[in-house]
Amino acid sequence: MDLYAENVLDHYKHPRNAGVLKKATVTHREENLSCGDDLTIELRITDGKIADIRWQGTGCAISQAAMSMLSEELAGKTTDQTAALTPDDIRRMLGVPVGPRRIKCALLCLHTLKNAIRKWQKKPVQDWIQTVEVEN
Amino acid sequence: MPFDISAIRKQFPILTRKFGKHALAYLDNAATTQKPECVIDAIENFYRSSNANVNRGVHPLAEETTVAYDDARRSVGAFIGAKSPHEIIFTRNASEAINLVARSWGEVNLKRNDVVILSVMEHHSNIVPWLQLKEKIGIHIEWIGIDAEGNLSMLELKKALKRTSVKLVSLTGLSNVLGTRPPLEEIIKLTHAAGAKILIDAAQLIAHALVNVQSMDIDFLAFSGHKIYAPMGIGVLYGKSELLRSMPPFLGGGDMIQNVTQEEFTSAELPRKFEAGTPSVADAIGLQTAIEWMNAIGMKEIAHHEETLIKHTSQLLSRIKGIRILGPSDPKNRLGCLSFVIDGVHPHDLTDILGKQGICLRAGHHCTQPLHRHFQIPASTRLSVAVYNTKEEIEMCVASIEKAQKLLNG
Repeated sequence: MDLYAENVLDHYKHPRNAGVLKKATVTHREENLSCGDDLTIELRITDGKIADIRWQGTGCAISQAAMSMLSEELAGKTTDQTAALTPDDIRRMLGVPVGPRRIKCALLCLHTLKNAIRKWQKKPVQDWIQTVEVEN
Repeated sequence: MPFDISAIRKQFPILTRKFGKHALAYLDNAATTQKPECVIDAIENFYRSSNANVNRGVHPLAEETTVAYDDARRSVGAFIGAKSPHEIIFTRNASEAINLVARSWGEVNLKRNDVVILSVMEHHSNIVPWLQLKEKIGIHIEWIGIDAEGNLSMLELKKALKRTSVKLVSLTGLSNVLGTRPPLEEIIKLTHAAGAKILIDAAQLIAHALVNVQSMDIDFLAFSGHKIYAPMGIGVLYGKSELLRSMPPFLGGGDMIQNVTQEEFTSAELPRKFEAGTPSVADAIGLQTAIEWMNAIGMKEIAHHEETLIKHTSQLLSRIKGIRILGPSDPKNRLGCLSFVIDGVHPHDLTDILGKQGICLRAGHHCTQPLHRHFQIPASTRLSVAVYNTKEEIEMCVASIEKAQKLLNG
């Protein structure tokens, strides 16, 4: 199957949950310096659960579509469940083959999200090898 | 000899590769060129029939290898118009050549607050070695800007050269993103009049134009073999004899000494002083073969063919809606490459989609983050040509770009 499958392109052209969150509990931004992909995630966390999410970003179709898809999966999840998400979860979510050259595009959303949760937990943010086991 | 594109293409084994049903259209030549059969054969022949270490030893293979290595150095010297072969130092690549100047010449001749002038369109290989010296000894880097057409600001350069502490102007001969050529002759005169030295990063220029270090009065020139049809792993630093002679060795080890005691060492004569350890002899011979191959076609013929391709590319691409071509609007002011951004089409998506059709373009910042910051874009797509590319490849590439744009934006 093609990387640029219809549902991936649909999320790229019509991103879900894109925008600004009023009264965010935590805001976190990450960049993929090698290609300029850029994501900012805003979360409202109540009772240890993700009550709302908004995000802003620029970059390639894969990075933006993955963020859009991930944002739809998060509502109601606990912070622990969110922190436990793995790169394989993102691969399953995308449903298209992501090769080694594009894996960082696909995983920028997870890297940003994990560090957002860590920030909320008042833990230091981590690098790519620590969050998603990809070399920066 | 008339320019025969199909005869040239036949000499590149890789050009017959297929990606599914698609033929290869290799348009990433500013990153590295493909290798003709004669270069591949030269490397293979060396290992099959002559392999031995250079310099030491008088057995027949050692002698043959040493003669071949020296001969390769002579060819490179003649190619760029050096006065003497010992002004040619073999390195791994252009980056290593620039690092050699920064570490050897720089650490001796530069002190705190001395000025090194760079332009915003430099490749990281001509930025980072100087930033390292800034960290280490506190030199000052003066940046020269460019206008929207990619022309270096001569006004800023002249102003910067008025500072008495300017010791070096280190400049690209041809931008690897914009394809623009700073007016080197004028810049070199101004630099020398100000009492400073000039280093030309010729990594791109060397593939598309004749360079003569003597008539241009260049102090240091750096380039890589792999961008002119030669193997990876061989590069060149040219330096004027008197400069190289006054410089301390860069790396220490075998081959670069005359005498070693338990207390001290004496450096070897040029050029071996700067070539510690066993050199890449096969790759040096590969470089020589590539130079002879280019000379047989003719640098002028190569440049003319590439100019035609770039002009064609520029005309076809400028019809695409929402495209922004970086640098010169007139393709006459452009050599070798063309970089662009298209609204709503990320370079990585574009090159991924094109790559599946065998069309190889480069996406990213092309090791020029300051330049991309100057244009306020995170990345661009670059199309760069070589002697074996055809108009048909360009046409197919542009048609595929238009299709990709529809897929991503439609």
